[in-house]
Amino acid sequence: MWTLIKHRIFQLILVVWGVGTLTFVLMRNLPGDMAYRIAASRYGQDSVDSAAAEIVRQELGLDASWWQSYAHWLTDLVQFNLGKSLVSGLPVIDTVQHQLGHSVLLAFTGVLFASLIAIAIGVLSAFRQGALDHGFLWLSTLLRSMPVFVIGLMLILIFAVAWPILPVAGFGTWQHLVLPTLALALSLAAVSNRVVRNNTLKVIRAPFYQFAAIKGLSPTQTFIQHGIRNISVPVIAFIGIQLVTVIEGIVMIESLFSWPGIGHGLAHAIFARDIPVIQGCALMMGILFVLLNTCVDLLCHWIDPRGAQS
Amino acid sequence: MTELSYAAIRRRKTRIKAALTGGVSLILCLMFVLFSQATNKNQNRSNTLAISGSWEFTSLEPSKQGYIYTRMNILETLLNVDAKGAMIPGLAQAWQSSADEKTWTLTLQPNVLFQDGSPLNATAVVSALRIAQGKHGVLKKAPIDEIRVKNSQQVEIVLSQPHTVLPALLAHYSTAILAPSAYNKEGTVTSLIGSGAYLLETFEPPHKLSVKANPTYWGIKPSIEYAQYLTGHRAESRILQAKSGEADIVYTLDAAMLEQLSTADNVEVHSDAIPRTLLLKLNATHPFLAAVEARQALSLAINRPTIAKQVLHVSEAASDQIFASSMGAWYLDQPQEDYNLEKAANLLAGLGWQKDAQGWLVRDGERFHLTLTTYADRPELTTVATALQAQWKQLGVDLKVDITNSSMIPSGHADNSLEVALIARNLGVIADPVSLIANEYTHGGGDWGAMNWHNKEVDQALERLTTQSNSEQAQRDAKLVATAIYQEKPVISIANYQQHNAVNTRVKGYQFDPFLRDYFINKMELVDHVDAH
Repeated sequence: MWTLIKHRIFQLILVVWGVGTLTFVLMRNLPGDMAYRIAASRYGQDSVDSAAAEIVRQELGLDASWWQSYAHWLTDLVQFNLGKSLVSGLPVIDTVQHQLGHSVLLAFTGVLFASLIAIAIGVLSAFRQGALDHGFLWLSTLLRSMPVFVIGLMLILIFAVAWPILPVAGFGTWQHLVLPTLALALSLAAVSNRVVRNNTLKVIRAPFYQFAAIKGLSPTQTFIQHGIRNISVPVIAFIGIQLVTVIEGIVMIESLFSWPGIGHGLAHAIFARDIPVIQGCALMMGILFVLLNTCVDLLCHWIDPRGAQS
Repeated sequence: MTELSYAAIRRRKTRIKAALTGGVSLILCLMFVLFSQATNKNQNRSNTLAISGSWEFTSLEPSKQGYIYTRMNILETLLNVDAKGAMIPGLAQAWQSSADEKTWTLTLQPNVLFQDGSPLNATAVVSALRIAQGKHGVLKKAPIDEIRVKNSQQVEIVLSQPHTVLPALLAHYSTAILAPSAYNKEGTVTSLIGSGAYLLETFEPPHKLSVKANPTYWGIKPSIEYAQYLTGHRAESRILQAKSGEADIVYTLDAAMLEQLSTADNVEVHSDAIPRTLLLKLNATHPFLAAVEARQALSLAINRPTIAKQVLHVSEAASDQIFASSMGAWYLDQPQEDYNLEKAANLLAGLGWQKDAQGWLVRDGERFHLTLTTYADRPELTTVATALQAQWKQLGVDLKVDITNSSMIPSGHADNSLEVALIARNLGVIADPVSLIANEYTHGGGDWGAMNWHNKEVDQALERLTTQSNSEQAQRDAKLVATAIYQEKPVISIANYQQHNAVNTRVKGYQFDPFLRDYFINKMELVDHVDAH
């Protein structure tokens, strides 16, 4: 296990350097003049002209060579300093903290609800084959084929407009968390319930499971003692991957529900060419990716230590 | 080997419990931290005006997103603008220029206090204006020699040359007056302390801020205790906020979605013209566009009513002149140019353009090919660009649409690489459009206006407009400039914008500022009645 952790720490350092460098290279190579883009985000598009771009260029030293800027960023990074936003002038760490906190909360609650829905439906579908399984397959396909944005809109129409018990958009109270969480959970559960269902089916058809039943254990005892653990490993691995992609990819949910998450913040930073914010967000996501994967690996290792022994 | 014993099983169970408890605690802690930053608990539906708009804010600096803070009535400017663009008193009750029009004296309103309790006097105003002058904004470009204190209630601004638009500059959000304690030593705004009817209560960039009524406000005392602004990025969620009653006022609704509000009896939709124009910027030195007739032909080949109706969803928005009817002397009261493909073809034939077998216009073996640059920040621009591509194809013009970012337009202007650009230009950034027009249409043009277009009469007229305050001459000069732009088409207008806003029926006293400087929250009231929320 310690080997795994050491390996992951090394991976983390590589990810931090790699993600930051890649972001730097990509942003420097985007078409258009950075000074104009930053000026547009700072002062609003109607107030952007050559004079505004020149002010930005002078203030931020955008004429400096790429290697000077890169060396500057790398030196700051070694000192754990992510710099300041080129647009707002605020420390990047504050912006990222605010956004990442909201994204992580939304992602965790979304994945938690998705898991609850997926496990219940998946196990039920596996045990009750036939019409019910087909019904859930159709429903899963329907939900998966819909963009998460549409699911969110439907939930708003139902729970905020037709039956106004929850707010349409915003943040700051638990009520604001419900609809984005539900939209995200439904979208995720549409896939993960099939993963649960397939793995459950695989396990309950396995000889060891049937032997457990034959030797006299009740269906509940068989499932608890021999089912859950065997089903868990692939399901947890899948949910782990989902959690990471969710943190990165919930831009549409964040935009629709005015949720101040990191996906939306990153998209805006890219439009604005706010390189320190982009690097800060990308770094945090990279770190999160490694940490979550490590947690998932450790969890899987703990549930099924055979892999490590072999 | 895995250890198998009762102790090991107990340890495992304990670990599972600890992991679960830890996970749940983590989520609860995160919820607590994030939700404890939430809006003041005293705010509720009955005492809070909820506003939704599409604009984000990231900075406290008036030079950056000052428009949000003047709209929310936190900051005020020395002068204000009425709906027709006329200057009216703000923090200054009177303003006048010397005989040579080089010195302006502004007399401040008496007994005005900043939100920190300090008095508004000439020293504070001069300090705020000097800081504004040092940052990007309208004052930086004005020919100001000195801003000085005349006496405790009067401020003098000394110019190096007459500048008639100075009062309009003093109504711009970047010149908002903040208390001395709002700045640090470097002149950076560290806390938003103005003199407006509302105080900043919570600030959660880039999405949410809330304000509280200022009990010591010098003007019309606000009757609504709190107001909250929430950035709604998606037009779909903004319109649903209006429909559900969650937002009392929703600014900038998408015209295509207004139908959704027709069944909502708690919402009124207000559509108002704003001085923003959808226009084509043409490079007048491009070999195909240098002749006035070529630019006129391209204008005649634009079916404006169709674009206005099908893309902008407002039939009356179609316009062949850049100035909206609300812009007084700048507006030319004349019938709109008809879509006339035949006349356009004749004009181009006169310049030697003939159609080839594929229907493209060709001259000296060269096809009439142009690249139109536009940007995706405003979704309608890309649709209008492709509509123009289809419409000009009928004329035989091969138009390539390049959707990029907006910075390519000023930079393309600077290096002369731009051919045609489709832009949405706000001519009301400054209440008096003279300085903006002068920047963008004289001496070859500017970033967001004409490009390599020269007209000496226009240059002279704008010089007079900027430096002389004779109102009759000003009217004539404005007409001259507008006529020259209309006839010679350094830019081609397609439509004027309308802004659609939804207002809940519980809001009384709603007013709209076409210059988008003020939401007039202190003049509104909330009336109690049963609502959706």
